[in-house]
Amino acid sequence: MTTAYNDRAGPFTHAPTSVSKTMFTVLAALTPATLFNLWMFGWPAIFLFLVTVGSCVALEFLCVRIAGGSPEGAIGDGSVLITGWLLAVSLPPWAPWWVGVVAAVFAVALAKHAFGGLGQNVFNPAMVGRVVVLVSFPVQMTAWVAPRPLFSAGAPGFVESLGTTFGRNVSLDSISAASPLGFVKTELARGIPVDQSIVNVPGLADLLLGFHPGSMGEASVPLVLAGGLYLMWKRIISWHIPVSLLGTLFLMGTLFHAVDPARYAGGLFHLITGASFLGAFFIATDYVTSPVSKQGQIVFGIGIGLLTWIIRTYAGYPEGMAFAVLLMNALTPILDQHFRPRVFGRTRKGQPLPVKGDQ
Amino acid sequence: MRLFPVRGGIHPDYRKERTSESAIVALPLPAALYIPLQQHIGAASEAVVAVGDVVKKGQIVARSGGVVSAASHAPTSGRVAAVTDFTAPHPSGLPQPTIVIEPDGRDEWAADLPPGIDDPFAADPKAIRDRVAASGIVGMGGAAFPSAVKLNLGTQHKLETLLINGAECEPYLTCDDRLMREFAAEVVDGARVMAHALGAPRVVVGIETNKPQAIEAMTRAAAAFPDVTVVGVPVQYPMGSERHLTQAITGRETPARKLTADLGVVVHNVATARAVHHAVRFGRPLVRRVVTVSGGAIARPANVEAPLGTLVSELVAFCGGFSQPPRRVVNGGPMMGQPLPSLEVPVVKGMSGILALTLDETDEKPSQPCIRCGSCVTICPCGLVPVEMAAFIRHDNLDGAAKSGVMDCVSCGSCSYICPSHIPLVHFFNYAKGALNAKDRERRHLDQIKALAESHALRVEKQAAAKKAAAAAAAAARAQAAAAPLTDDDKANA
Ligand code: SF4
Ligand code: SF4
Repeated sequence: MTTAYNDRAGPFTHAPTSVSKTMFTVLAALTPATLFNLWMFGWPAIFLFLVTVGSCVALEFLCVRIAGGSPEGAIGDGSVLITGWLLAVSLPPWAPWWVGVVAAVFAVALAKHAFGGLGQNVFNPAMVGRVVVLVSFPVQMTAWVAPRPLFSAGAPGFVESLGTTFGRNVSLDSISAASPLGFVKTELARGIPVDQSIVNVPGLADLLLGFHPGSMGEASVPLVLAGGLYLMWKRIISWHIPVSLLGTLFLMGTLFHAVDPARYAGGLFHLITGASFLGAFFIATDYVTSPVSKQGQIVFGIGIGLLTWIIRTYAGYPEGMAFAVLLMNALTPILDQHFRPRVFGRTRKGQPLPVKGDQ
Repeated sequence: MRLFPVRGGIHPDYRKERTSESAIVALPLPAALYIPLQQHIGAASEAVVAVGDVVKKGQIVARSGGVVSAASHAPTSGRVAAVTDFTAPHPSGLPQPTIVIEPDGRDEWAADLPPGIDDPFAADPKAIRDRVAASGIVGMGGAAFPSAVKLNLGTQHKLETLLINGAECEPYLTCDDRLMREFAAEVVDGARVMAHALGAPRVVVGIETNKPQAIEAMTRAAAAFPDVTVVGVPVQYPMGSERHLTQAITGRETPARKLTADLGVVVHNVATARAVHHAVRFGRPLVRRVVTVSGGAIARPANVEAPLGTLVSELVAFCGGFSQPPRRVVNGGPMMGQPLPSLEVPVVKGMSGILALTLDETDEKPSQPCIRCGSCVTICPCGLVPVEMAAFIRHDNLDGAAKSGVMDCVSCGSCSYICPSHIPLVHFFNYAKGALNAKDRERRHLDQIKALAESHALRVEKQAAAKKAAAAAAAAARAQAAAAPLTDDDKANA
């Protein structure tokens, strides 16, 4: 018997799971929404997307090579594609190319590889990238455009778009528009109550579909939701984080809106604007940076929902999802410590169950 | 019957259909049988035959070597060809003392086998336990724990239920399924006899619902006995784990570091029940067992009833040999089975399956970094956090792993099975458990040495004190003598 080995303990069968399978399923789930977004924001969005994802992949290659690993294997696992992809869709679609590159450096080189690579990072790389450029280049990062679908009247052509993404003299004023969250916030700052300003943001249907200024990922709630449900069906993610996150956000919105409609936007508005759905299904559910137990995941989701609402409502930034995710990422090790399943045959405290203790 | 939920678990690809419809076939007598002295948990047995001895089928060849041990019997009639070291069916591939028997082909039972017990239910429970012990029966589901010891639990615990484990939750294996289908009456009878020995008023047979024919056959066989209930339990690996089956059926969770017997439940395997039936009713010791021979590399998978001591290579040859080179040959099921170092090892009492698996089936891949997906946490039937324990062990922090619960792990392998990064988690846990146990033993050993040393020191001290006292007494006596006026004798001596 020359072919059998006894160098390894069992089990000698394995679930049809692998890291790359998981990652590529996530990418597949993101694809419909992203294609829609790219179409909606046209050539500049496509260029920025390619630049951002491309930089992330290149940086992964470099970092793994420097660390002495196998770059092909690292890229093949698909994790860096997710980072790049999520980062790209969280940027203003018409941002200049270097915003994508800088964000990629912070996401991949710093947030991921400085921590030791796949599985070792504490913070969600894409969100680190986004927050760094948001803080460093506030002008570029808040220059939203109204959607101009590809090939529609008024959409920039290919060459013109090259200028937008790669050119040097883009007049930001000419393209800038406010996202609904931002608009309501600035209006409130000007003394216009939320319940009055909110009638001026696009209608519910447009918000849902994403026909409003914003980052790509903020668009098209139904497609993002469909992708999220697909991931649940495939058992890549579970309901715990998305439901607790969106539920908290909705609850906070609804509660405070009921108390003071002039000051607070409603629950539904919070749900369908900004990156709520993308964040809940694709960003907060990042394996590496979220708790491993279901109990921990629920607390994690509630935390992000709460922080997002607080930042959106009280802080200087109109969208708080990225900050909220990063803050809760920092708490993940503690959540892992405190929220764990009860061990079979033991009490929550870890003592053996009493012998005659019927539950 | 109401069932209770069990946490976690997995649903592997069962692949039982390859052998589930193959009726048990008897293996023709092989040319030689190899009976290792250690086929069970506990102390090795001691050979009571010597080279050249003529033995009959069922004659004892090795007697129980301690309180927790089991006897072995000649699986057929023949001659003892050797008592020598032979490779054991253990991953280490180390040889161990083995009795080699050359069959004479007549397969004659010994004339002096004990008689069957006509009415075991009227017999003293101790008589049943003694018979089971004398018959060399061990847990045949794989654990190979001496059954008589387990049947003793009734003397220290008030038992309510004998749980007969027919879950057979390991993929591929169908030997218990076939036994229940073909010998339901024997299994039920053996179970009732065991319940009597235990003093347990009821018997519950738990069978996973992916074996409907077995459930049907057993239900029919049990129909006449109101104290026996057959219940289908959910198909959920590791349902066959004692603690989990007990939970599914009684709803009670065995406290850590305790036995199911503390809840009034004792679990025995179906094949064990049948062996008890043979021992008690006919006085026949355990000399054969049914082995599922399966896996993608086996030409004609089958359930084979083989004499104990048959070489695995003969079993494989009987099943048409390999249709392709196997990647692994496994003793037991694919989840908890052990890799075999060679095919030239004997069939032992706890061997439920021989699987020759192809690379496709074993799906071995190099492990990747943990992506913290949490799957292992979700599925662990013991409520552990495998990802955390593995991290501790990787950093050589055994105490951390112990605190995190590694000693509560039942090594079911579910976590390794599900891990997308193919991390050999159970491998880590088995290592840690071994190391922690060794440490524990060492500590106890040291404690013992310390205690010994202390008692020695005490003794020395006492002796010294006694000597001193004696010396002092002697000195005092001398002083007294010196002080005393000289007697006439003294004078005479002077
Ligand atoms: S299943 Fe594997 S990859 Fe997932 S958390 Fe557990 S050890 Fe890590
Ligand atoms: S092998 Fe241990 S840690 Fe892994 S799932 Fe089974 S009981 Fe849990």
